[in-house]
Amino acid sequence: MAAAFALSGASALAQAPASSGQAAPQSAPAAPQPTPPAQAQPPAELAPPPPPQKTLAVVVLDPAHGGADPGARGSSGIAESDVVLGFARLVRISLESQGFRVILTRQANEDPSFDDRSKVANAQRGDIFISLHVSSTGQPGTVRVYSMPRMALPQNGAVAARGGLLPWDRAQFNFVDQSRRLAELIQIQMAQKFHGSSETPFEAPVRQLRTVGAPAVAIEISSVSVPSRAPLDQMGPGLADGVARAVVAYKLIYESGGR
Amino acid sequence: MSKGLKTTILILSAMVVVGLIALPGLRQAIQRLQNPPKTEEQSRREVMEEPISTPTDVQVQAQMYWLSTTSPNTLEATAIQLPLSADPVERSKQLLNALILRAPSPEKRTLPAQASLLAFYLQPDGTAIADFSDEISSEMPSGILSEQLAEESIVQTLGANVSGIKQLKILVHGQEAEALAGHLDLYGFFAVAGSAPVAPSAATPATVTGPDRTQTNPSTK
Repeated sequence: MAAAFALSGASALAQAPASSGQAAPQSAPAAPQPTPPAQAQPPAELAPPPPPQKTLAVVVLDPAHGGADPGARGSSGIAESDVVLGFARLVRISLESQGFRVILTRQANEDPSFDDRSKVANAQRGDIFISLHVSSTGQPGTVRVYSMPRMALPQNGAVAARGGLLPWDRAQFNFVDQSRRLAELIQIQMAQKFHGSSETPFEAPVRQLRTVGAPAVAIEISSVSVPSRAPLDQMGPGLADGVARAVVAYKLIYESGGR
Repeated sequence: MSKGLKTTILILSAMVVVGLIALPGLRQAIQRLQNPPKTEEQSRREVMEEPISTPTDVQVQAQMYWLSTTSPNTLEATAIQLPLSADPVERSKQLLNALILRAPSPEKRTLPAQASLLAFYLQPDGTAIADFSDEISSEMPSGILSEQLAEESIVQTLGANVSGIKQLKILVHGQEAEALAGHLDLYGFFAVAGSAPVAPSAATPATVTGPDRTQTNPSTK
């Protein structure tokens, strides 16, 4: 395992509204007390600083598998690892045209470990993570978007960040709601572009997502079980455009502090 | 009738008789060619493993969760007659072996035919551990969808037929594996719901609208 902890940036910010919400009942008993004179109020400089502005500027794209691991293989010889690398390059162009900085977890036919891929995402601030897959099953021409399920959390609770650090092997657990929102937006785009795709996203404990300390989804396209690669390649532009539109929409939600 | 004609008829009759005698053997040879050769693991299992039976075995209608052929990407319960033990560990072994060996058709199969259950443990707190052979990973159709359905078929079959199992850990050849076949996380435990109707598991499609969550589980029928 690459490291024991991942930086917790957005999680602390995401918890801020909940903390302020709890503060209101605590202040209620103080209401009957005499109102202090105006001059006795604490100086403005002692008030807690506003939370830093969240910005979403980086998208980490993860073409799954690679190297000795081809992923799913079709009977016609189509390898998942090849197809997703091509998809990632198209998505990158679409996202960069919208002003995002895009980082790929692999540039060629390499196979970084799950943790090495997560490390790329966890080294960034203000980023989201999108893992690209092609399945060996499912109705050809359809797309499913997955986020981690909440039920995978220990005791269905949040993982405590110690000193701003999250346990590496559960880095995703405090981001499940944000990931779910991102998955919803991408799945809607996929349903519009690829007939037969669901309009609602899916939840599954995907290994790659668990160690990412940022909003993270996996997109799975069906499938390598087609006679030739042409139908898959034809999906590339629609996939890239749909992902870019969804990420632009998510950026508004992310930066306004919503989930 | 000429002598030559008689000889020809005699030879043809002999050939028909020989053909009739050889026909069953030819049929068997064709069937052998049509069926794929057995893997080493299948041959080993046939020799080494006898069907699990215990003194408490009773024929019951077991609910087995295999792929639906009418509703894509979902599981459906199929009732089959199985001799099942009263002991939860033996009962679980019988069910998981049947899940692999008695899939009604290749289209309904969720687990690779070459895979086998190596061991099954059940702890007093309801934690079960199922240890499968390497083929559960190496022969599994790769993908989030197929791996999720495989896991759900195991979890839902156990949940519908064995009481007392609360959660399940899947091992591959005695080891903790990162993923089932490159995608599905095997890090944690899978929640096992009680007897049918099976509640949504951790890995199911869900519909979310605002803060109120309505979970549906189209993979369960």
